Amino acid sequence: MRHPPAVRFHETTLQDLPANPHRRRLLKLMAASTALAGTGCTQAPPEKIMPYVNMPEGMVPGDPVFYASTLLRNGFGIGVLVETESGRPIKIEGNTAHPASLGAADAQTQAAILTLWDPERSHTIMHRQEISTREAMLSMLIQRLDEESQTGGRGLRLLTGPVSSPTLLSQINAMLMRFPNAQWHMHDPADSDARAAAALQVFGVPARTLYHLEQAAVVLSVDADLFGPSADGVRNAHDFLAARRRNPRARMYALESSPNLCGSLADSRQAMSPGEMENMLEMMAAALSNGAAALSNGGASLKSSSWLNRLYRQLLRARGACVVAAGHSLSLRAHVLVWHINTMLGNLGKTVYALEQYAAQQPGKAPGSGSQTARPRRPASLPELTEAMRNDQVSTLVMVNVNPVYDAPGMLAFAPALEHVPCSIHTGLYYDETGRRATWHVPQTHELESWSDAYSHDGIASIVQPVIAPLYGAYSSHELMSVLASGQTASAHATTRATWQEFWQARGEAEFEQQWQAALSCGVIASHDKLHTLHPLQGAFDALKAESGAQPDARPPNPPGVMTPSAAKPSSATIGITAVLANDSNLVAGEFANNAWLQELPRPYSKITWDNAALISPASARQHALCNGDIVSLSTADDDTGILAPIWIMPGQANGVITLPLGYGRSHAGNTAQGHGFDVFALQGVNGGLALRTFSVTMRRTGQRHDFAVTQHELHTQGREPVRNVETRRDSAPSNSSRVSEPARARARSGENETPSLYPGHEYSSYAWGMTVDLDACIGCNACAIACQAENNIPVVGPEQVAMGREMHWIRIDLYREQSGNRTQFQPMACQHCENAPCEIVCPVGATMHDSEGLNIQVYNRCVGTRFCSNNCPYKVRHFNFFQFSRNDPSAAAHANPDVTVRQRGVMEKCTYCLQRISHARIQAQKAGRPIRDGDIVTACQATCPTNAIVFGDTNDPDSEVSRSKASPRNYAVLEELNTRPRTTYLARLDDPAARLEEDDD
Amino acid sequence: MKPGIYGVMGRFSTPDDLLDAILAMRRTDPHIRLEVYTPYAVEGLAEALDLPPSRIPRLTLIGGMLGALGGYFMQWYATVVSFPQNIGGRPLNSWPMFIPVTFEMAILGAALAAVFGMLFLNGLPRLYHPVFNTPCFDLASRDRYFLCIRPQGDPTQRFDVAYYRQALSQLGAVDTDEIRP
Amino acid sequence: MTERKTETADSPGTSVLSAGWTPGSVTDKISGIVLGRGGPWTRGWSEHWRWRTAILLTFSGVLVFLASSTWLFMRGVGLFGVNIPVAWGFALGNFVWWIGIGHAGTFISAILLLLRQRWRTSINRYAEAMTLFAAGIAGIFPILHLGRPWFAYWLMPYPNRMELWPQWRSPLVWDIFAISTYLLVSLLFWYVGLIPDLASLRDKARTRGKQLAYGLFALGWRGDAHHWHRYETAYLLLAGLATPLVVSVHTVVSLDFSIGNTPGYHSTIFPPYFVAGALFSGFAMVITLAIPLRHYFNLQGFITLRHLDLAAKVILACSLIVAYGYLSEIFTAYYSGDPYEIHMTEDRFTGIYAPVYWSYIFCNVLVPQALWWRGVRRKVSILLIVSLLINIGMWMERFLIVVQSLHQDYLPSSWGLFVPSFWDWIFLLCSIALFVWLFLMFIRYLPMISMAEMRGLVQETAEENAS
Repeated sequence: MRHPPAVRFHETTLQDLPANPHRRRLLKLMAASTALAGTGCTQAPPEKIMPYVNMPEGMVPGDPVFYASTLLRNGFGIGVLVETESGRPIKIEGNTAHPASLGAADAQTQAAILTLWDPERSHTIMHRQEISTREAMLSMLIQRLDEESQTGGRGLRLLTGPVSSPTLLSQINAMLMRFPNAQWHMHDPADSDARAAAALQVFGVPARTLYHLEQAAVVLSVDADLFGPSADGVRNAHDFLAARRRNPRARMYALESSPNLCGSLADSRQAMSPGEMENMLEMMAAALSNGAAALSNGGASLKSSSWLNRLYRQLLRARGACVVAAGHSLSLRAHVLVWHINTMLGNLGKTVYALEQYAAQQPGKAPGSGSQTARPRRPASLPELTEAMRNDQVSTLVMVNVNPVYDAPGMLAFAPALEHVPCSIHTGLYYDETGRRATWHVPQTHELESWSDAYSHDGIASIVQPVIAPLYGAYSSHELMSVLASGQTASAHATTRATWQEFWQARGEAEFEQQWQAALSCGVIASHDKLHTLHPLQGAFDALKAESGAQPDARPPNPPGVMTPSAAKPSSATIGITAVLANDSNLVAGEFANNAWLQELPRPYSKITWDNAALISPASARQHALCNGDIVSLSTADDDTGILAPIWIMPGQANGVITLPLGYGRSHAGNTAQGHGFDVFALQGVNGGLALRTFSVTMRRTGQRHDFAVTQHELHTQGREPVRNVETRRDSAPSNSSRVSEPARARARSGENETPSLYPGHEYSSYAWGMTVDLDACIGCNACAIACQAENNIPVVGPEQVAMGREMHWIRIDLYREQSGNRTQFQPMACQHCENAPCEIVCPVGATMHDSEGLNIQVYNRCVGTRFCSNNCPYKVRHFNFFQFSRNDPSAAAHANPDVTVRQRGVMEKCTYCLQRISHARIQAQKAGRPIRDGDIVTACQATCPTNAIVFGDTNDPDSEVSRSKASPRNYAVLEELNTRPRTTYLARLDDPAARLEEDDD
Repeated sequence: MKPGIYGVMGRFSTPDDLLDAILAMRRTDPHIRLEVYTPYAVEGLAEALDLPPSRIPRLTLIGGMLGALGGYFMQWYATVVSFPQNIGGRPLNSWPMFIPVTFEMAILGAALAAVFGMLFLNGLPRLYHPVFNTPCFDLASRDRYFLCIRPQGDPTQRFDVAYYRQALSQLGAVDTDEIRP
Repeated sequence: MTERKTETADSPGTSVLSAGWTPGSVTDKISGIVLGRGGPWTRGWSEHWRWRTAILLTFSGVLVFLASSTWLFMRGVGLFGVNIPVAWGFALGNFVWWIGIGHAGTFISAILLLLRQRWRTSINRYAEAMTLFAAGIAGIFPILHLGRPWFAYWLMPYPNRMELWPQWRSPLVWDIFAISTYLLVSLLFWYVGLIPDLASLRDKARTRGKQLAYGLFALGWRGDAHHWHRYETAYLLLAGLATPLVVSVHTVVSLDFSIGNTPGYHSTIFPPYFVAGALFSGFAMVITLAIPLRHYFNLQGFITLRHLDLAAKVILACSLIVAYGYLSEIFTAYYSGDPYEIHMTEDRFTGIYAPVYWSYIFCNVLVPQALWWRGVRRKVSILLIVSLLINIGMWMERFLIVVQSLHQDYLPSSWGLFVPSFWDWIFLLCSIALFVWLFLMFIRYLPMISMAEMRGLVQETAEENAS
């Protein structure tokens, strides 16, 4: 798995290019030499990697080899298959064997390939802003540790993100054994402290929540982003859609402070502020504990209380088969209430599980299980660490793959506290904010560059397998930790193997080897112990009961957890409003900030790229006379400096709530992240040792403006029918049943039978490729867009070009929204491959034409760029290289898909139905001397869709999956009245009137 | 007769004198060879000289036909024989969409035929010509009208220069000269 | 039709040529301008500050045009404001506009010749020159706006071993043929008309150089009666051919749009309405050029008020046809009940491009109504303003058709906006500079009025007066 050294050479020269070209050559040489000095002599030892499909010696150049590996998300493992082209990883897809993926992968997982090859990753060990060497760092560290050992490590602190890797945990454990007085702290900016604290309060141990949505009949999301970019998002989406396709059809209800992916799927949704949600939960808990059949009249104070009553009845009817999911915006008390409600509804252990967080302990003890033979060591929190640092109790601080200087709550003032620490060591992918302030920075390996292991969100272990030698000579966190644990370095490979040797207590090398190979080749480690949920401690909820005795409507408008703006004097200029910190749908909490694919990916609802925006509801905007792009200053009671944030008006947003997405405003994350968006962490407060996600702020208009780069401006259908609904009968119908209401059937039929045409039909003797997209299953998660971008070498154009309307995504996710903003529908829109393609007849050079299998193909090297085809395309799915958008530097070339042309400036491009995959399948079939079978060809978007909304195949074959799906009465073509006869058709969304919570007769 | 005389040239100052002169000359000798040079197309001149109808219209027609046929054939050959492709589900020989090019080609062919036919029949370009030796011939492109009497083809007949010069003067020629090549 | 009207409106006393001219004086006057003798130009061209500034301005414009084209080819067509959905912007608007202007010339020479309109004689020459230059400039823009201009020749059929051909169903290919044919035929027409005048210049030129230059191009024309005979036939035939050509060219240009399925493009009214629009802007440009010409070169005797009067009448007629086009577009939109067409129309009225729409309605429909009054038609200053307004108005119309139709088509999700970039404006302004420069070069070196035909006209009028 060597990679051409030419690549590494150039990467090093690419670190922030100087503006002045004259100095460039000199710098190149300097940088190259430092690269040699820094990386040349510390080459990672060649290690053996087991291929997934076929052995390396069987590797044919041009034939991709897939390796099973694991990517980490908030410490948990997501199983992936990495496609490598002659040793270069070029694409990441889901691993069907892995529970967190089941073959699908979300945008962040797939975009990791870009981060892996990012030339701006950290290359060298830095000591006080100067290049240093591995030897210097090690000798320093060992010396420090000796000094620390005098005091049993009183001054030694370790700060990590969430950890599930047994190897790392055992290393931490060993370190804590070696330094009894040392402390391990954990910091996860993407998680909510309130949630963690609530779990601790309810179950006595740190716990996480696991949903089994496929078991659920009714799902109530209380501001929970179930399908968002988290370790279990893909799995949740898959499970819920499985439940939806069942008969009776599962129902989803969403209470949202700001629209997230649950809202578009929901049968009914309500915009609510977290405070209102808490009151609502309060009433539900009260009603449940009194066994009442309806909510107490306390609901009168709340809007739409009848709606809540119906919702409550739905939940009652679905006892033991419903889910109440709590989101990050909720307060500690609300989280406890949710646990209480789930317990009382009997969901615990059926649809909702509480799993113990992994603690530092020897391997071999079954992790996660309650058995507490060796006292597990649990991490302390970041506020405690900061406190200690401020009091100069910390002499050595090791920060493994965290960036607290950026993402610690601003109220903690971590950065100043770090000045008190004489020796701080930071490891990370980037030489980031923390790396620059720490005394030492050590470049860390990407997951795809080093050995490790991880548990999935539901406790299935898998190996993190490298697919390429470290590109920039970085070090695995295990290497560093082994120094802390044992005093000498050990390779990540050895440590990981050692861990699993202990787990398996394998008799003999041979048996272990065989187990190990099996684990590598299928990407997961089979485990037979079934999940046990934790159970609430005795009287965990008594406190609640006591309070809820007092009628809830008497509660103050601002429930606990929402700080009141005491200092802020409300005047005409200042506006008190509740701020909700939300994980960004692309950058989560900032770890993906330098990933251009994710930066340019439009947000599902706002369609904003390259920016985060302060979201407020239209009503609030009207009330405060704000419009899109107005910059406001936000400050809290105890931080008057505040931050500047541009406003974006979001229909469906709760009134009086301003949602602030995290992850932007990075100061040192690389040129891609530089200068985009605003940093919300600066505003984040801490209350009772918990970092706040919801608190009230005062908002001032500044009069400045900011222009967003938005990809979709018109969200209303204008009375046209690009997306369609069909109503299920009262006795709800599963997706493909023919029991669809008459008008819908009629509408669907009009799509079915051929409209008259003057042109002779064309016969496709061999295959006729076609696609259907199920609008009932599309959750708008954008995974397909990134899959397409990675598969087809689609360039990134940057915010200015996006603002001009020149984004290149071959598949765009259109959003249509009712005026109310409550009902929304996503629609993936790529080239429709029309039979009577309007684009083809107007091309003066025949650069776009039909091939023998009915594909509308684009001949790049024939295109002269008149752009007439785009004008004539009613779907506007063609994209044009207005400039030389595609990068041709080595790093871009290294992860480009060699089967797809990299387009030159001045040519038109569009979706090809993954032509390269079709021909690959054809070659395979011809070699085997058989026709292409249904399912041989899986397009990139189809492969990665968590909900299998996309179906592709041969429409000539009547029993192919796509033919069956096109036979559905829900099948329709967009703009069929134009007689373009698209090959891509859509399945109308199902709409269950019984589930709408509109009338009481349900 | 003196060998190599081109003709006798008479200069007139009005078109009417010219026309009368021509008519008079042809009355006296119907087989006389006359050449006329005028600054613009004088009306009635063709009739006076009774010039044969020109062949240019026929040439133009042929040019137009060739252009049209060639134009359509090119498109038919390209789309049906040489490079047949399924373009937007249209038939290969979608003749309605071939009409514009066919039409333009027809016009082009006709126009080229007309212009170059005219130049060819006029024997232009021809930068030197004996009549340019005539004194004051530059006025032929301004406001003077020239009548030239050419000797007959057969050298047996003698060509009496003096006689013609006098005849022209009598017919109102301002000036007369004999032109040598 | 319109010409008939002008003919009957030919009231006695208003002649197309003021009295007292003889063939000789006409020739001297016109050739005098070119050869720098007689008239205001005795001291030679470069002596006149107006001339020098005009050349300075326009030629620097030409240089900027070349420079920015180079930059455009280096960086890419993204310099323009175009995007998806609005993939065509100023470039295509300018193209249609210039082609339109390039229509009046051939129309005047050809159709008015066939209709025996005597007043064409003194304006057809420079009108044809105007046609050539405008059409030529128009031909540049489609190439400038290509994504890969260096492959522009792929639109032409040429023998190649890959056996690749243009895609004959594309209106752009029709464009190539229509415009190149139009350019060629107009050039021939213009040149054939020039031959006798070149001969006159050859004969009047004093310096050897001029005699040689003009002599070569005169092809040794000597005014032989036989030649005149064939010449007249050929010229008449050319006129007959050019007439359908003029109509076909802008028809094909309009097909660029109406073949497409975009609401606002897809309309059968386009061909007649585009042709009328072309004559409209063309005649406006003729007047715009005529007025300064007759003023600076004292040609009031040749380009009389009557010429302006008649041209103004043509403009008025065209403006009515164009207005009918606008109305029928609106009518068909609502009558068809097609929601996309209706939306497009309403977006024209009230959308973001509405100001452009209403201002061209003002320029192209309301302003020309002033030409109903004879007083206006014969007041040079007002006429100049009107014609300028019409030129601007027609440009705005082209712009709106190209851009506004695209910016909101079928799927609301793909709606966008076009904002012209700095370079869009540069190319528009510099193309105008290029046009004026070419025209100045023309009046400097070639007779701007056909001397041969003027001589004929003088004779005819003389005879008429005699009888």
